[in-house]
Amino acid sequence: MTTTIESPELIEPEEPGGPDAHGPGGHGPDDHAHEHEHHGPKGILNWLTSTDHKMIGKSYMITALVTFFISGAMALVIRGQLANPTSSLVNFQTYNELFTMHGSLMLYLFAGPFAFGGLANYIVPLQVGAPDMAFPRLNALSYWLYLGGTSVMTLSFVVAGGAASFGWVAYAPLSNSINSPGAGTDMWLMSLGLTGFSAIFTGVNLVATIFYLRAPGMTMFRVPIFSWNMLVTGILILIAFPVLFGAVVMLFCDRHFGTHIYSVQGGGVPVLWQHLFWFFGHPEVYILALPYFGIVTDIIPVFSRKPLFGYRGMVFATLSIAALSTGVWAHHMFTTGVVLLPFFSLLSYLIAVPTGIKFFNWIGTMWGGQISFQTPMLFSMGFLFAFLMGGVTGVLLASPPVDFMTHDTYFVVAHFHQVLIGTTVLAGFAGFYFWYPKMFGRMLDERLGKLHFWFLFIGFWVTFVPQYVLGLKGMPRRIADYLPTNGWTGLNEMSTVGAMIIGFSFLFFFANLIKSWRRPVPAGDNPWDGGALEWFTSSPPPHHNFTHLPPIRSERPVWDYNHPEHLKDEGHGDKRHREHDEQQESVGASA
Amino acid sequence: MKVNGAFLAIIGIFFGIIGLVYWFTAYEDAGFLMLMGSCLLGLLPGGYYLWWAKRMRPLEGDEPDATVADGAGVIDSFPGSSIWPFLLGMGALFATLTFIFGLWLAPIAAALGLSAVIGGVIESRRGGTV
Repeated sequence: MTTTIESPELIEPEEPGGPDAHGPGGHGPDDHAHEHEHHGPKGILNWLTSTDHKMIGKSYMITALVTFFISGAMALVIRGQLANPTSSLVNFQTYNELFTMHGSLMLYLFAGPFAFGGLANYIVPLQVGAPDMAFPRLNALSYWLYLGGTSVMTLSFVVAGGAASFGWVAYAPLSNSINSPGAGTDMWLMSLGLTGFSAIFTGVNLVATIFYLRAPGMTMFRVPIFSWNMLVTGILILIAFPVLFGAVVMLFCDRHFGTHIYSVQGGGVPVLWQHLFWFFGHPEVYILALPYFGIVTDIIPVFSRKPLFGYRGMVFATLSIAALSTGVWAHHMFTTGVVLLPFFSLLSYLIAVPTGIKFFNWIGTMWGGQISFQTPMLFSMGFLFAFLMGGVTGVLLASPPVDFMTHDTYFVVAHFHQVLIGTTVLAGFAGFYFWYPKMFGRMLDERLGKLHFWFLFIGFWVTFVPQYVLGLKGMPRRIADYLPTNGWTGLNEMSTVGAMIIGFSFLFFFANLIKSWRRPVPAGDNPWDGGALEWFTSSPPPHHNFTHLPPIRSERPVWDYNHPEHLKDEGHGDKRHREHDEQQESVGASA
Repeated sequence: MKVNGAFLAIIGIFFGIIGLVYWFTAYEDAGFLMLMGSCLLGLLPGGYYLWWAKRMRPLEGDEPDATVADGAGVIDSFPGSSIWPFLLGMGALFATLTFIFGLWLAPIAAALGLSAVIGGVIESRRGGTV
């Protein structure tokens, strides 16, 4: 069924202080929220046929979370194996499969799809005031390709020969048909092909939505930073994923059709795989990180009760991180000896500058604000600490001499887990706790949320700080076994205990979900007093999102609408924000 | 439109510069070609947007003072629900499995894929459920 969508009506702010911003249903949209109620198929048929971005976004998030818990369980087995020397919890082949699938599932099938397919799908059309994504059927196709790819990769454990076992990077001579025979490896490759197209389609969709479907008055420089980051991520996906797909197809041809693209015997170049893979792989790190930067950038101003400090600086920092990230791929290949060290080292160092600007702006936003430590804010602040540590050790690794010493050791493992858990898990759950009330119309419990955070956060440091030391003591990554005489036992035990604490923390998360379904606490339209457009419509939003829209004169129109007393003169929201920023800037400078 | 075009064009110019520097310092062809591809990925759509930004009426979303009344009327047609993306996705899944487990899966993949393409085209032409 195709529906023609009329534009929403304008709703003008009432007299100053009129609408009750904090209570549920403080303004108009509720009265008409169910006007456009959708009468489509119900139940499982609704899931199979829905082209609604909210339904698809939720499906994405649930699939990604299931993948996350499967993959997290693998991590616990890995840590169990490493807890003591000469352990025999799993055999070596299974261990190789486990760390390969842990990395692959987490990176390709949880971290990207959770934010980019899930949260972005749900939130971006709401934030820019659009009734749906630009291409709803393409959006549905993205999800089905993603689900197919996830199933293929997960099911590769049951075929003869087991799952892929060459690490998530699949370096060339190891991944050929002699060293890695069997259907498991082929399923791994095909899964990347399917999910790669899924990501590309979602990227096209988000870029088109943000370019063309913005509500009247929502200029590019009033789009919330979360949506800006998704736009930049979309462009990065369009740059990176086609390269991965090409590389995967060529590897498949090498394995089955007798080509010699990556094999020395036939005149090919094995290191070409590394070039192609990392030309995808390093932007991929930022495809994973930028959406999560967007989440915290949206959360921090709401819980600091201030507009974002340095909005344009944030946009340009995002852009420069994305642009630079495409020129640094070979810093993963320093030790191959065939790449230009100064070029890649310099560009890698440069990324620290825009990232520093982001940190400065996050802190500047909190500076002098009325900070309240609710669960989403706690997770966001946890992200700041975790990502700072991961980022600083990243700067160390950008230096070729240090990289030569620590390459392929646990130092690198600790570094990228701090970066990736900081972003995808801490910031990811910040976003989950922040937008859950909008998606399901009910609150999550604050006490359980805080317990979840503290156990996760403490477990996170206990797991990964010892790994830095292990790396400096020379423990290589991807080993299933070590000797008691290596002197790595104590630190490994500590790291395993930390992993168990992380696993334990998710019990509070499940308890929280169960509680919110058993005894729902209604959320209202705007439980956090947020400023972006998604907080204007009902929770959950009606079928095509908005029946009414407020005037859009700044990057937080709902705040302007709910707090007209703060507007100096109506219609100049941008100016007011600039003045406010300048004020804060001078406060920061004098401090 | 202007901001979008400039945004993409700047990305293209950046990769052009980086690509040239890379070529004249590293003389490595894979990376150079990929950087040039990224350069075109920015310049082609960016140039297209900038070309149109001069010639078309600005979108309401790009007008800082536009009100919701300016955008009144029909936004667009959006499909309410459709089974064809699901079938096309499953067709693609079976097509990839054909490469691994053999040609006996090909008829299933073709049936799913073709029916989805035909159904999807008819659906979007008629503007209703097929």
